[in-house]
Amino acid sequence: MRKLFPHPQLTLLLAVVWLLLVNQITLGSLVMAALLGTAIPVLTGPYWPDRPRLRNLPMIVIYLAIVLWDIVIANFIVARIVLFMPNAKLRTAWVAVPLRLTRPEAITVLAATITLTPGTISADLSADGRTLLVHCLHAPDPEAVLHDIQTRYEARLLEIFA
Amino acid sequence: MVWDLLITGFLVLAGVFGFVGSFGLVKLPDPMTRLHAPTKATTLGVGGVLIASMLFFATKQGHISAHELLITLFLFLTAPVSAHFLAKANLHGDRPEGLPQPEGSEWATFSPGTDTAAEALAETGDAPPLTPPEGRDH
Repeated sequence: MRKLFPHPQLTLLLAVVWLLLVNQITLGSLVMAALLGTAIPVLTGPYWPDRPRLRNLPMIVIYLAIVLWDIVIANFIVARIVLFMPNAKLRTAWVAVPLRLTRPEAITVLAATITLTPGTISADLSADGRTLLVHCLHAPDPEAVLHDIQTRYEARLLEIFA
Repeated sequence: MVWDLLITGFLVLAGVFGFVGSFGLVKLPDPMTRLHAPTKATTLGVGGVLIASMLFFATKQGHISAHELLITLFLFLTAPVSAHFLAKANLHGDRPEGLPQPEGSEWATFSPGTDTAAEALAETGDAPPLTPPEGRDH
């Protein structure tokens, strides 16, 4: 079983993506989805020698919900800043976020989340991979931004990529 | 009728946010702040069109369309990556004032010859050699 499906999540993801691409569920597309979902993980297995284990499924769902909600909020916040705040009142700030996450996959997810959520963009990673550089569009209190990132996103990612 | 209104509402919302994203590019003062508008405001802009499209096909054409979910997925995968590239390109141009220093290291952009293979580095435990940012002429 493990040999046939070395990466069950990837198998599922590939099958779902294929079905969405075809945009209809017929017997043919189901067979094709199963074929792709089986073949691609087996063929690309050697490239994933040390992939992360995702155990905490409920936490992933919670995390996705939080991020989606934050993206919607982010849109309104940034729209308000763009439309109504004079440039002179903008308080841009650079924030260095010390990372507790060590897995590249986890750091990538955190960086992408930061970019998609309110008023922050991840701009760079330190050369040793332990600090993330974040640019804030309007942050009168950079400490609060740091605290938000660490408790809201990073803490949950730590549980997911445990 | 209700569906018509709902679809129209989402399209208008999408148009507004698409406009805000583009307007932000013009209005905000410098390259880093300009990055913020298109990465955020446009996700809801595109999202609104996609929701409207799904509603339209589900209620008017009578078949479920799911391409939109894929578009959302690809958008969420690509928007942060391109924003990250642009931010790094901008850092390369000129070291910004007030840039904090990472503890015991240097930002990857200013460490030539290293890639940020976080895991490999974490395993060996030695940080790449620190190179002081040389004066950039431009």
